[in-house]
Amino acid sequence: MNSSPPQPARLDFRSRGFDFASFAFTGVTGLATLFILAILAIIIANVVWHGWSTFSWRFLTTGMTTDTGVAKDMFNAEEAGVLPMIIGTALRVLVMTLFVVPIGVITAIYLTEYAHSTALTTRIIRGAVNNLAGVPSIVFGLFGLGFFISFIGGAMDAGRAEPHWGKPAILWASLTLAVMTLPLVIVATEESLRAITPGLREASLALGATKLETILKIVLPEALPGILTGGILAVGRAGGEVAPILFTGAAYYMRDLPKAPTDQFMDLGYHVFILSTQSPDIEKTRPILFATVLALLLLTLSLNLIAVLVRARVRKKMRAGH
Amino acid sequence: MTNAPHNAKRTVGWMGIHRGHKARPAEWLAEKFIFLVSLTAILMVFLIFVFVAREALPLVLGRMNSAAARPAISMAEFDQLKPADQQLYLELTPAEFKRMDKEALHSLVEVRLEEAKEAPKDKDAKVNTTEWRYLFGAHEWSDSRPEDRYVWQPIGRIHKYNLWPLIIGSLKTTAVALLFSVPLAIAAAIYVSQLSSPTLKEWLKPAIELLSGVPSVVLGFFGLIVMATFLQGVFGYQSRLNAFVAGIALGLAVIPVVFSIAEDALTSVPRSYTQAALALGASKWQAAWQIVLPAAAPGVFAAVVLGFGRAIGETMVVLMASGNASIMSLSLFDSTRSITATIAAELAEAVFGGHHYRMLFLIGAMLFIVTFLTNLAGDLIMHRLKGRLEGRTK
Repeated sequence: MNSSPPQPARLDFRSRGFDFASFAFTGVTGLATLFILAILAIIIANVVWHGWSTFSWRFLTTGMTTDTGVAKDMFNAEEAGVLPMIIGTALRVLVMTLFVVPIGVITAIYLTEYAHSTALTTRIIRGAVNNLAGVPSIVFGLFGLGFFISFIGGAMDAGRAEPHWGKPAILWASLTLAVMTLPLVIVATEESLRAITPGLREASLALGATKLETILKIVLPEALPGILTGGILAVGRAGGEVAPILFTGAAYYMRDLPKAPTDQFMDLGYHVFILSTQSPDIEKTRPILFATVLALLLLTLSLNLIAVLVRARVRKKMRAGH
Repeated sequence: MTNAPHNAKRTVGWMGIHRGHKARPAEWLAEKFIFLVSLTAILMVFLIFVFVAREALPLVLGRMNSAAARPAISMAEFDQLKPADQQLYLELTPAEFKRMDKEALHSLVEVRLEEAKEAPKDKDAKVNTTEWRYLFGAHEWSDSRPEDRYVWQPIGRIHKYNLWPLIIGSLKTTAVALLFSVPLAIAAAIYVSQLSSPTLKEWLKPAIELLSGVPSVVLGFFGLIVMATFLQGVFGYQSRLNAFVAGIALGLAVIPVVFSIAEDALTSVPRSYTQAALALGASKWQAAWQIVLPAAAPGVFAAVVLGFGRAIGETMVVLMASGNASIMSLSLFDSTRSITATIAAELAEAVFGGHHYRMLFLIGAMLFIVTFLTNLAGDLIMHRLKGRLEGRTK
């Protein structure tokens, strides 16, 4: 590259006693950082403050129907619980993990262990991964409806009078989310694979192991924390996403828990949306709304926190290795 | 491995086709399998576009007619048409058309004739509102106020699909979000990457990135329940939910995106740049502002571009905090409805395969194209910047 280094018009580097500009610049940027952190703290504190009193064991472990099978008022803080939503969210995330982790890890293995970093195929795969990460979540919802439900589900229903597969279901919601979180898993796994010193691979190869053996027995066990991070990040991200499951599986209300992959499900994030926009009496719903948000935040933020901690360890190791 | 010739391929040959390799069919198969799986990401981007666009295709090709009174032809005229034209007239898919016998087709023609008899007779009844000129052009509708010439109103007798209110709604919230988040995020990125101590950085970076772990439905909830009331109290505007509130809440979702990319770009500027400046007597902020920032400028720009993509594609925040009235207005303090929120709110009610359903897929496909281009641009800029910065030091 022959482009010249950036040369600002005038460099004035004389030092003075008290450098006001330096003080102001550090102050302004530091305050901006502090402001962002303050907003995060306010959101969490606000939710904890208002949600804590309703957030009880009873709230987390009761469903939406009474013992006799009568539907409860989901907007009433005294009787409603979120157990079916927690189960629904957990199930869809679990099914998603089964699909996204193997594909993501294998892609990352290809990108780090096999691909030429300058080859066109590699560039295109990387571009696709980055692009997939930026597709709006609502477009994933449309894709799930158009591809999984109408195209694949419709094809599986061929010859059936009533749609069995070709309707919103927990399976389709999970698959849609798996497509959405694929880049997260790929990027996290790749980072941890790159953190492994080349010496380790070379030693294994020098001892006569084949490339596949090296990957399976040396590289992957070493990269396990990173793969775990990717999985956790994907779960944390998908756990809170609502837009992709709006048309692919989430239900406003269901009497029973999902039993088959073709059942719909109630979802924690979607429930937050319902409680905040559909309630006939927002004042009465407020306690349960905050408590539901608290449950969702606890789920996603704790997962993110774990991922951040594991990743910090991986990065430390990477620095030590090189 | 040791005997491998110099020009040996990186790949393992099938049954030792390359001389010097042992026969390792398992390795060969595994490598091919891994390669094929890694193409999933490409396949998915491709499938997303194809299947979203596929649902919108009849609309783009002008095959849909949303007119309240559709043109009707008599039975004799219908029989004289070619099969392809008959299918087009009845708006059937080829598969549906094949499945029907002559009687079924005739009964459909009857239904169309009856419909035509009962159809309203005003001037807009025959208008096909899914034509491009009604999507983007102004039209004075007979059943709405004369000043509402740009309307998105997919219910009622005439389904009006003018896209301008939605486009402007999306752009308004996005503009507020970017104006709010970009200065904050870039300032924070400069502080974290250039000015803070390494120990502090270890804490600050993950803490800010934790903001991206807050689900967008929670940000929407926060905007709707907490911020809307607070901001109305401070600024004292009329409508409680509007583009401004939604934009600020949306900004919270954009901050982590812009921050991490800008921070990444600033960090990838070689330390030698800063060290040279410091050695010449510059203060830390002068090095950051006059040396590092200009060098990383394309990356910071990429961060803004990708932040734009995130903001325009965000759904739940806008759906919950913007008020969702599709008003054609440039004021930030009017209730607005974005493209994403429209899809989320209306798709469940749209008739499967109908013009409203396809219209929502059409705006979804447009959104996909916009974010695809912004992502591509951001990705290319970052790639070139990193290549330049790394190439120079080596």
